[in-house]
Amino acid sequence: MAADWNHCAERGICNMQTEVGTEEQDIKLVMAGHVDHGKSTIIGRLLADTDSLPEGKLEQVKENCRKNSKPFEYAFLLDALKDEQSQGITIDSARVFFETDYRKYIILDAPGHIEFLKNMVTGAAKAEAALLVIDAEAGVQENSRRHGYMLSMLGIDQIAVLVNKMDLVDYDQEVYEVIKEEYSNFLQDIDIEPETFVPVSGFEGDNLIDLSPNMNWYQGETVLELLESFENEKLPADKSFRMPVQDVYKFTKGGDDRRIVAGTIESGSIEVGDEIAFYPSGKKSAVRSIEGFNEPEHESVGVGKATGFTLEEQIYITRGEVATKNGEMKPENGSRLRANLFWLGEEPLKKDKTYDLKLNTARSRARLEEIKRTIDASDLSQRQDKDKVERHDVAEVVLDLDEAISFDLAGELTNTSRFVLVDDYEIAGGGIIQEALKDEHSWVREKVMLRNYKWESSRISRERRAEKYSQQPTMVLITGEEDVGKKPTAKALEQQLFNDGKVVYFLGIGNVLYGVDADIKHAEEDHKEEHLRRLAEVSHIMLDAGTILIVTAIEIRQQDLELIETTVDSRQIETVWLGDNITTDVSYDLHIPSFEDEQESAHRIKQLLQDRGIIFKPW
Amino acid sequence: MNHLDRLENKSIHILREAYSEFDNLSMLWSVGKDSTVMLWLARKAFFGHVPIPLVHIDTGYMIPEMIEHRDKLAREWELEMIYGINEEALEEDRTFPEGDASHLECCENMKTEALKRTLDGSWPRYRLNHNTGEYEIDDNKEPYTGVIVGGRADEEGSRSKERYFSARDENNDWHVSQQPPEFWSQYKTDFAPGTHVRIHPILDWTEVDIWEYIQRENIPVVSLYFDRGEGERYRSLGCYPCTDTVESTASNVEEVVEELKSGKFSDIAERDGRAQDEEDGGGLESLRREGYM
Repeated sequence: MAADWNHCAERGICNMQTEVGTEEQDIKLVMAGHVDHGKSTIIGRLLADTDSLPEGKLEQVKENCRKNSKPFEYAFLLDALKDEQSQGITIDSARVFFETDYRKYIILDAPGHIEFLKNMVTGAAKAEAALLVIDAEAGVQENSRRHGYMLSMLGIDQIAVLVNKMDLVDYDQEVYEVIKEEYSNFLQDIDIEPETFVPVSGFEGDNLIDLSPNMNWYQGETVLELLESFENEKLPADKSFRMPVQDVYKFTKGGDDRRIVAGTIESGSIEVGDEIAFYPSGKKSAVRSIEGFNEPEHESVGVGKATGFTLEEQIYITRGEVATKNGEMKPENGSRLRANLFWLGEEPLKKDKTYDLKLNTARSRARLEEIKRTIDASDLSQRQDKDKVERHDVAEVVLDLDEAISFDLAGELTNTSRFVLVDDYEIAGGGIIQEALKDEHSWVREKVMLRNYKWESSRISRERRAEKYSQQPTMVLITGEEDVGKKPTAKALEQQLFNDGKVVYFLGIGNVLYGVDADIKHAEEDHKEEHLRRLAEVSHIMLDAGTILIVTAIEIRQQDLELIETTVDSRQIETVWLGDNITTDVSYDLHIPSFEDEQESAHRIKQLLQDRGIIFKPW
Repeated sequence: MNHLDRLENKSIHILREAYSEFDNLSMLWSVGKDSTVMLWLARKAFFGHVPIPLVHIDTGYMIPEMIEHRDKLAREWELEMIYGINEEALEEDRTFPEGDASHLECCENMKTEALKRTLDGSWPRYRLNHNTGEYEIDDNKEPYTGVIVGGRADEEGSRSKERYFSARDENNDWHVSQQPPEFWSQYKTDFAPGTHVRIHPILDWTEVDIWEYIQRENIPVVSLYFDRGEGERYRSLGCYPCTDTVESTASNVEEVVEELKSGKFSDIAERDGRAQDEEDGGGLESLRREGYM
């Protein structure tokens, strides 16, 4: 059977008469609906009736069926895998190519079996329009509704409904009208307005290509006319510019000294000279050049393009930030958000577990903070008492992230408002952000973004400084209980590194407290956060200067560290806990349990810096 | 943005995701048209550079022009070129038709096994030394945890089931019905120790797309694809004992495109000339489950 599929695919393509580089578009459609409602049969029949099969193939499949004494089904024409035929169900979204005089179609056949909802999602997410198939005899079923719901969450807004197997209900208009009424109401509840409903029979071919004499009561569009009425997805060309940074490339081979910020433009466009701000850091620069290989020079570049550009200033940015254009709508930045999500994981989404959230190229650890409500997508029943989101459920939740990311809201820009959650190596759910929520460090982050935005860059890049000093700028944060030898260790470490020729500085907390912090009362607990913020800001300047900075502080808690990390890049911080008793929840990089000798403790921290590649390891 | 632009942008995006997310990444290059287009897309993705090692599996029965073409481009484009080969099976004559193996056994020995052992680093990898122009045993024996492959969904039934990022378990096995979902340009970039991920940047391309892109970008492909005056050419390249030429007078890219779109081949599948597809009855799926490309 594999060969049959193969020929259909080739044939569809090969008949296409296009010049290289024409604007002609194909369109991707998905067939969704409950298992056994006849999606594959409709596709098979469409292939046969639009003459999209190679000569003799239909006869060959029929002959095979006769030999194996099983009734012929049009669905066999596209069952590409042995598995599928033996089980009689589609397990993945196979692709079928076919064409009409009007244009070329790629049809994704989404499995209707609940076990394969993740495959349905995979197929449907690529589609620009959907045909939802409902069996006239069986009526609206669980997955008729669930698939409808998933289509709306995936953002597919062109949906038409085919009421199939009309031959089995004697082409009864009443049956059709009842299903149309019931399903229209459902779609209305989830804010979908269907393009149309068509009564069909895939098996008999009624209303697919021509209006059927068996249903004179229906005078609307045929399926073929319906397909031709679907429009290509419109890329958000005139919206605010967003380019999630995939990476910053510098390939020095052959003397190439370009430093290229690379990514795919999700919306809007930019020109050479435009002011660009990167979020969540808030750093800014201007576009110096738009880069490409084997293509003419461009002065501007727009949505959909996998591109890259160089900047006027040597600012340090990394994968996960989003490039935006000054003067346009700013993205949201934060580490708490409210979202609607669907869950596909075997294990439910729970509160006592951490997940990885991926949004465009950004990534952060994430926890489920609150479930506002769960919705059973098969009947829209809602619950507010569940403490976990089960497989195939839809839910409104609050997520708490370890790191702030940049994003947009669902109503504003679609592509940059959608994320997935990874559970145990697998993508287990998808969500759409509805609201940015305040988190405890929002006030610090806002200051940091403004500081970065106003930052005056020097001509010496961070990389060049690191090369020159043979070290990565790093904050070594030594913490622990009182009187465990934090300061002696810090000073010994400073001395050892200094003697090795490193650019290193010990910053006593008191040195900041009475000078930089002179305007705030240091005794009061409620000023602790501001003290920490200022310490972190001073540290940030020292790190920008390329130093290894050694700081000591008593019993740093995780929330204190997180505040510091809002100001100083967490990858630039190494935390050391000194002493037997660990009295806070801070996550540290090194623990030195018993303090015997300051030189020994300092040496162990030096080894950590070597292992992390911050300073050179001699052998 | 036209059809080829859309395909190109998607493929470049996928290549860049793979490059950023995998530490031990390699790209399989068979020197055929598909993986050569993929290599070209990598040059576009990385602005003229190819920062990913290219792995070629030498089956011992390669058409000599392919090896010449491989080394020529490797030098011109400064590629990190690596090849692997099943020396044992060659010596022991476990091949077809010269040795005592069937078609499928030969494929398993010379392609599947050689690939598996080259990727996991348990067999020698030969790396091109650009200073001497010779291949030397590579010091790097780290397993590749991300492998970029040039499979196309329209080639053959089982390939239409592939994801862009597709997990393989420790035995290289592919579990077709257990695949994770893939949507919103988010891919499987997390993997358990011992497993690896195959990445398919040109999954959505068809044979005609490949040729139209070769034409548009002026990509150098091996001359075996063109008629050189004898009225025949290769439509698909593989080992010489098992890959037949087709009758055709298409002698350049334009003529190949024309022939595929409206000529004699518009109705015949590309892999028609490949023997291993027929023998198994079920297409390539059983081979693929064990790690065949």
